[in-house]
Amino acid sequence: MTSVAVVAARLPARRYLLLAVLAVWVLGWALFDGRDTLDLGGAELTPLHTSLNEGMDAIDDSRNSNPFFLYFINYVRLFLDEMVTFVQALISQPSFGRPLPVLGWLGVVGLATAIAWLWGNGKVALLTAVGFLSFGVLGLWQESMDTLALTLTAVALSLAVGIPLGVWAGLSDRFNRVVTPVLDFMQTMPTFVYLAPLTLFFLIGPASATIATMIYAIPPAIRITSHGIRQVSSDTLEAGASLGATGAQSLRHVRLPMAKQTIIVGVNQTIMAALSMATIAALIDAPGLGKTVLKALQTLDVGTAFNAGLAIVVMAVVLDRVTSAASRRVEVERRAGRSRSAGRRRLELAGTFGAVAVLGYLSYTYIWAAEFPIQAELGSYVRQAADAASLWVQDSLAAFTEALKNAITNTLLNPFEALLTGSPWWLVFAVGVAVALLVGSVRAALVTAAGLLVLVLLGLWQDSMVTLASTLVATILVMVLGVVLGVWMGRSDRVDTMLRPVLDAGQTMPAFVYLVPILGLFGPTRFTAIIAAVVFAAPISIKLVAEGIRRVSPTTVEAAISAGTGKWQLISKVQLPMARSGVTLAASQGLIYVLSMVVVGGLVGAGALGYDVVAGFSQHQLRGKGLAAGLAIVVLGIVLDRVMCAATQRADAAAHGGLARK
Amino acid sequence: MALKRSGRVRAIVLVTGTGLLLTACGGAKVGETQQPAAGGQGKSCGTFNLAVNPWVGYEANAAVIAHVAEKNLGCKVVKKDLKEEVAWQGFATGEVDAIVENWAHDDLKKKYIEDQKVAVSAGPTGNKGVIGWYVAPWMAQKYPDITDWNNLNKYASLFKTSESEGKGQLLDGDPSFVTNDAALVKNLKLDYKVVYAGSETALITAFRQSEKQQKPIIGYFYEPQWFMSELKLVKVNLPPYKEGCDADAAKVACDYPPYELDKIVSKKFADSGSPAYTLVKNFTWTNDDQNLVAKYISEDKMTAEEAAAKWVADNPDKVKAWVPQS
Amino acid sequence: MTVPSLTERSQLDTEAPPILDVRGLWKVFGPKAEGVVGSTLSRKELKEQTGCVAAVRDVSFEVRRGEVFVVMGLSGSGKSTLVRCLTRLIEPTAGEVVLDGEDIRKADDRRLRELRRHRMAMVFQHFGLLPHRCVLDNVAFGLEIRGVPKQDRYARAREVVGLVGLNGFENSYPDQLSGGMQQRVGLARALAADPEVLLFDEPFSALDPLIRREMQNEVIRLHHEVGKTMVFITHDLSEALKLGDRILIMRDGELVQVGTPDQVVGAPADDYVRDFVSDVPRSHVLTLRWIMRKPLMDESLDGPVLGPDVVIRDAVHTVLSADRPVRVIEGDSLLGVVTSAEILEVIAGGQER
Repeated sequence: MTSVAVVAARLPARRYLLLAVLAVWVLGWALFDGRDTLDLGGAELTPLHTSLNEGMDAIDDSRNSNPFFLYFINYVRLFLDEMVTFVQALISQPSFGRPLPVLGWLGVVGLATAIAWLWGNGKVALLTAVGFLSFGVLGLWQESMDTLALTLTAVALSLAVGIPLGVWAGLSDRFNRVVTPVLDFMQTMPTFVYLAPLTLFFLIGPASATIATMIYAIPPAIRITSHGIRQVSSDTLEAGASLGATGAQSLRHVRLPMAKQTIIVGVNQTIMAALSMATIAALIDAPGLGKTVLKALQTLDVGTAFNAGLAIVVMAVVLDRVTSAASRRVEVERRAGRSRSAGRRRLELAGTFGAVAVLGYLSYTYIWAAEFPIQAELGSYVRQAADAASLWVQDSLAAFTEALKNAITNTLLNPFEALLTGSPWWLVFAVGVAVALLVGSVRAALVTAAGLLVLVLLGLWQDSMVTLASTLVATILVMVLGVVLGVWMGRSDRVDTMLRPVLDAGQTMPAFVYLVPILGLFGPTRFTAIIAAVVFAAPISIKLVAEGIRRVSPTTVEAAISAGTGKWQLISKVQLPMARSGVTLAASQGLIYVLSMVVVGGLVGAGALGYDVVAGFSQHQLRGKGLAAGLAIVVLGIVLDRVMCAATQRADAAAHGGLARK
Repeated sequence: MALKRSGRVRAIVLVTGTGLLLTACGGAKVGETQQPAAGGQGKSCGTFNLAVNPWVGYEANAAVIAHVAEKNLGCKVVKKDLKEEVAWQGFATGEVDAIVENWAHDDLKKKYIEDQKVAVSAGPTGNKGVIGWYVAPWMAQKYPDITDWNNLNKYASLFKTSESEGKGQLLDGDPSFVTNDAALVKNLKLDYKVVYAGSETALITAFRQSEKQQKPIIGYFYEPQWFMSELKLVKVNLPPYKEGCDADAAKVACDYPPYELDKIVSKKFADSGSPAYTLVKNFTWTNDDQNLVAKYISEDKMTAEEAAAKWVADNPDKVKAWVPQS
Repeated sequence: MTVPSLTERSQLDTEAPPILDVRGLWKVFGPKAEGVVGSTLSRKELKEQTGCVAAVRDVSFEVRRGEVFVVMGLSGSGKSTLVRCLTRLIEPTAGEVVLDGEDIRKADDRRLRELRRHRMAMVFQHFGLLPHRCVLDNVAFGLEIRGVPKQDRYARAREVVGLVGLNGFENSYPDQLSGGMQQRVGLARALAADPEVLLFDEPFSALDPLIRREMQNEVIRLHHEVGKTMVFITHDLSEALKLGDRILIMRDGELVQVGTPDQVVGAPADDYVRDFVSDVPRSHVLTLRWIMRKPLMDESLDGPVLGPDVVIRDAVHTVLSADRPVRVIEGDSLLGVVTSAEILEVIAGGQER
């Protein structure tokens, strides 16, 4: 700790050192350009890749003899299949000998609205009704219900697993240390890498889709629950302990209730993560909207893809707003207090469900209430409009975007990539470790050294460097957007209301939907991949920065204004510095989101690791290399994250006058 | 609050009442209009698990086969949307009965047909696959000699992009296809760099924009492909393929071989004696047939089912030849 | 609200065994903390040489039953750590904490919980209330976790809520209350379990001065009504003098002086304490015992009579209005006399001796 303090005090010296390191790098690059760059062609394999391939084959082959598969995996699969199929039977698929599901559209809309009304409020109930009806209006009723069935099952199971583990991670530092890298792994390992093997274990069908979704959706549940449990004020915990509360009592009466709001945020994020898997899961026959998107993509039918993507966005927004409203309502109701009559509530419940039962019965019995009336469908208009918009954008903006692409690629991306890929690997290695040491800590430098060595061993050094260059450029763009729009949004409620739905859409609209127009604008290039990553990652960064700005104490802002600070001074000298933790979080989350788009980037011309993963998913002999590329992405994520964390801690220490406190 | 709540209760009563009234009104009931179980011959076809790989040509094959299996054989067809690799795995797990357009995939053939013996070939589809380098039609018009590979270096500077490091850009495509392009560029001493577009979507968009904005693009493509009916790309002639000239992947200096697209079925399915198997085995048609159905789907925006029904109705003779005689 | 005058301090039985007996208590934070116990290095040297911080160093004291025992020190003096060591919210590194003859350091987890549930309760600087529970549920919390049935615990909680003057706020939530009222909830929560010892960790530092004074009077009133033993941590000397039967002064984790308020003001143990008490109006703390003198030969000894423990401030009127020396008598014996000269010296002489 003292060393950090000392180091922080010497910060300017450090800056010169950093410059010196960069100078050495450029010099080294000029001297050794093209030597020891560990280049590996697209179809070339290293012995490691081959043996990974063989290892995966061996696992495949043991599937029918290994008791683990016979007795464990098979039962998990059966359980998941049954569960999803049951929900599907209720709302989306012909079932129980009927040509239609048990609940038709009228029943589902009624039930969803009732739930939103009873546990949320009138406003979200209206939103739910409109949102659910829009699935039918878009002509995607059954697909939406399939997606809903799969998402709800996966979310329910993710929470059932994630919240207890999150509580454990919140209580135990040791477990937290163990689980964190596992979660990093689950979040950054590209789905494409494990999608095909999953179908071997869990077979083609709902079980595999559910597991794939859960792998991506559990981490936020665990992380955010753990965070909520940890942030419970120590004063209150101490008070509980001083009254003689046992560990279990303090968990039940103090930690859980106080962490509840945060846990709800975790639930929201879990839902978002699960929905964002809808498209990818469709590659292994997961039913629902994802299939529509993929099918449309085969013929580059932007309109149809957008239509289905829109339904996914609507579903995400409805689920998000209802869960948020429900959590707020619990709060309000608790306060309204014991005076509220339970009898009236019972009446309300009974009445509402009575109404739902009637609607449900209608939709069970009558075709008009079961199948969404085709006359009411407006999907074709949405499709045409989206097609027209996509065409217009591609035709009229292409000249301008070409220039933009060339400018950024030539001034930023190409030089940086040349430096990373043209220098000998040992030079980049040394520079990486030195930078980690200078901006971060000894620990970060060790992680960097280990990570970069793993990249060399994986045989994907060059590809990793190309991906690293694009990732960093994308993260920079994300942060520029994050800070500019985040500050704007954080300072004005009007802008917030205006931007938020757009951001929600950016986060949940499947990337496959907007790939075609941006491909049209930028061609199959690394820049297209960067744009796709920015579209996906900027919303979370913008939201986090805005949140940070909004949290700046109004007293401080008032004090600054009263001292005659101008608007820009206020932003740059008060609000941004004070929102620094929000900005750092925005940067690290932005980075993770950018990394999770590496594979999508591989589909649109980014090449490198993303392409390796995609190719591994498509060609049998390349899947060992695909796995290695997936691991390389995970390694990049962990290294960048740890260096960023260490840099933040150091900056914090420096900002607090060098007083490093534990 | 109290007022609001009682209003709420009243509203519920209202809705319930209206609902009951509606019940009385009625309408067509679920099940009443249920169609009789499909299928004419009543032969025990059972369930037919048909993999659907993600491209339109495949979907055309699958749609037509599924349509005939359902309507003529009374099968229950379960279509499964799967990437190729996953579909092949399905032979091992018993979840996939047939793949009805396979592009070579020698590695998978070795693993599942030769080693694991869970799949067998069911003969060619009749479609001829062509892989090669293509340019947009306007380029072939403007630079007629570009279709000869010997002239490619002359035009290399046309194809320079931000991605190609000063050389001409050769756009490679869908990672599902095996490519020799890097070796070809090297062995033919071309001043080009292979850039991986990464997906069919990216390739098609690039060619579309190339035609629309007269932007030079040369890239890897293949036929049969629905996009060819939208934009007839022109193939560049590489040194002609001769048997064995692609034996060593690193030394390839010739064009891609013509592909016989074929059908693969699971061993179990082949031995089951299902009429659906016979249908799959007998199924053959021409590139034009497939392109037509693909056009129905991609340009006319029909669903696969509608497209298949239309084609089957127009081509009863061809269909008749596939259906098992009994 | 009637506030008992300070002269009416509870008379303590100094002979009975102490309720709380702390001996040789150490708390060291850092690696290999045990090794530091007994060290005589200064805090700074210790930090540099071992990386450890000794928050409490060899502190011993006794708290008598029914006493208000104040621990006073500046921030960082280790007083909050000390009070936490008493219920092992912070585990002491060495020493004994004996509650009614039982060394609580030897208690296992279960026994420790028993002690916390029944015999000691604590009031915190930042209240530590449960924001998701209303006042009544917060107060009943301690009873709830020890398994008291709902009816009983609400009955008791209502009683205590009344005792701290929160009638009518039972169903409010903490964030709807002012700081002072929140601390009343904290106080009620501690009282609800009917513990023998109440521990206060700077309970009023976060409150504004008027509220603070009100709460101090509240504590005095409660002490009279319920007669609990109280250990009270504060950094505010006037609070210490106002509340404490005895005051323990800490500096850098070490005990500097223990004594009654007038002892601390009248006979500071060292310059540190002297500095500390220099601003205190001595007439408000010192008793006649501190200023009386032997009667002179020619003085008449028939003036008014006062006891030796009467605070000077309260004696002013009597002494100044008497035309003869006031006699200080304890029991039957004449201890000395006080005249206006002595009184005026204290008042006019102000702070300096």
